[in-house]
Amino acid sequence: MNNYLDPYRDTGLLHLWAERLQKYQGKPLKLMEVCGTHTMAIARYGIRTLLPERIRLVSGPGCPVCVTPSYYINSAVALARRPETIVATFGDLMRIPGDEGSLLEAKSLGADIRVLYSPLDALKIARDNPERQVVLLSVGFETTTPIFALAIDKASQEGLNNFTVLSANKTMPEVLKVLAGDPTVGIDGYLYPGHVSAIIGTRFYEELAEKYGVPGVVAGFEPLDILTAVAALSEICNEGRHTVRNLYTRVVKPEGNPRAVQAMERVFEPADAVWRGIGRISGSGLAIREEYARYDAWKVFDLQIGEYSEPEGCRCGEILKGTKSPGDCPLFGTRCVPENPVGACMVSSEGTCAAHYKYGGIR
Amino acid sequence: MCLAVPGKVTEIKGKTAIVEIMGVLREASLELLEDVKVGDYVILHAGCAIEKLDEAEALKTIELFKELKDIYHE
Repeated sequence: MNNYLDPYRDTGLLHLWAERLQKYQGKPLKLMEVCGTHTMAIARYGIRTLLPERIRLVSGPGCPVCVTPSYYINSAVALARRPETIVATFGDLMRIPGDEGSLLEAKSLGADIRVLYSPLDALKIARDNPERQVVLLSVGFETTTPIFALAIDKASQEGLNNFTVLSANKTMPEVLKVLAGDPTVGIDGYLYPGHVSAIIGTRFYEELAEKYGVPGVVAGFEPLDILTAVAALSEICNEGRHTVRNLYTRVVKPEGNPRAVQAMERVFEPADAVWRGIGRISGSGLAIREEYARYDAWKVFDLQIGEYSEPEGCRCGEILKGTKSPGDCPLFGTRCVPENPVGACMVSSEGTCAAHYKYGGIR
Repeated sequence: MCLAVPGKVTEIKGKTAIVEIMGVLREASLELLEDVKVGDYVILHAGCAIEKLDEAEALKTIELFKELKDIYHE
């Protein structure tokens, strides 16, 4: 059958764009992508090998699992160990090491943990198990959060009383501002995440370009999407223009998806959040609103937010800001490997270190 | 985690659609979108259609990719 993605992967055109990029003679640039799916696509398609020395493409904090602090996992593991609970989660969270092991280890010791494709599937588990407490682990950026919001709203409408959500959802704008304003990071331009942008639109990026002087290009996820976006962004940066260009117009509209934003805002409100490897950023997270408190696992189970610390020797904080590469970390590939991750960037398959470990190619 | 894939809506039952992704059929919630019709392409993420795929814009992007080819051939 015809693959409608083929034109976005045309090898001949990829060579032409790579050739054009190789001829880049402008100032040295540091471009940052902030999306785990971009991290993986860039590594998998070997995009960095097609770029000239002067254009450095780094991965920022775009993987929501990677930036989830260990106290969240500790709380999830503690809940999973209770005999009356079923923990429902995306598979990405299973291997993150907590102080008392990972969810995977808890499951191997008998905890009832179910891996989901959609947060909405957790509602069915709750309906089918009225005598148990179902706790849905909610981690994600603006792409995923509206779906968690839908699940909570539906539970509320149905009056489900054995369903709660342990939330650690985060939003992109504040962390993008922090990194744009940090001179040690020194970002020349952002490659914006296609599917976060599908929800929030592109207007915030205009503000970032005007106020912080950091331009950006919204990019899709196919090789030609990424390569043309890097070419456009390099041009904008080199010319010193503070503008934003959307090259993923087949999905991203300037206004985003207002219906999804409304769903998210109905259930969640802005809150401070801790980003693993970076620290606490004011207003960069989401908490469940008081009206939906009966679905907030933090409140229902009276869980305490623990201390936040990073493993000794781990360079994730600098890697997530693009100031160090995975190869600069003494733990990378020795103590810290995908099967037994130490730091944030190795824990999820979409992390910078995990991508580098699997595919190589990060300068 | 923000991985999302395009698919074609083949059937709509209330707020749920059947979406074909490269020959595979999946159920998807349509609650985050308005005015989805059978035959539309949507972007699927974690069991939900999060945005419609604009076919005209998709073709425009492919044309943009080809710009360089034209430059080289001129």
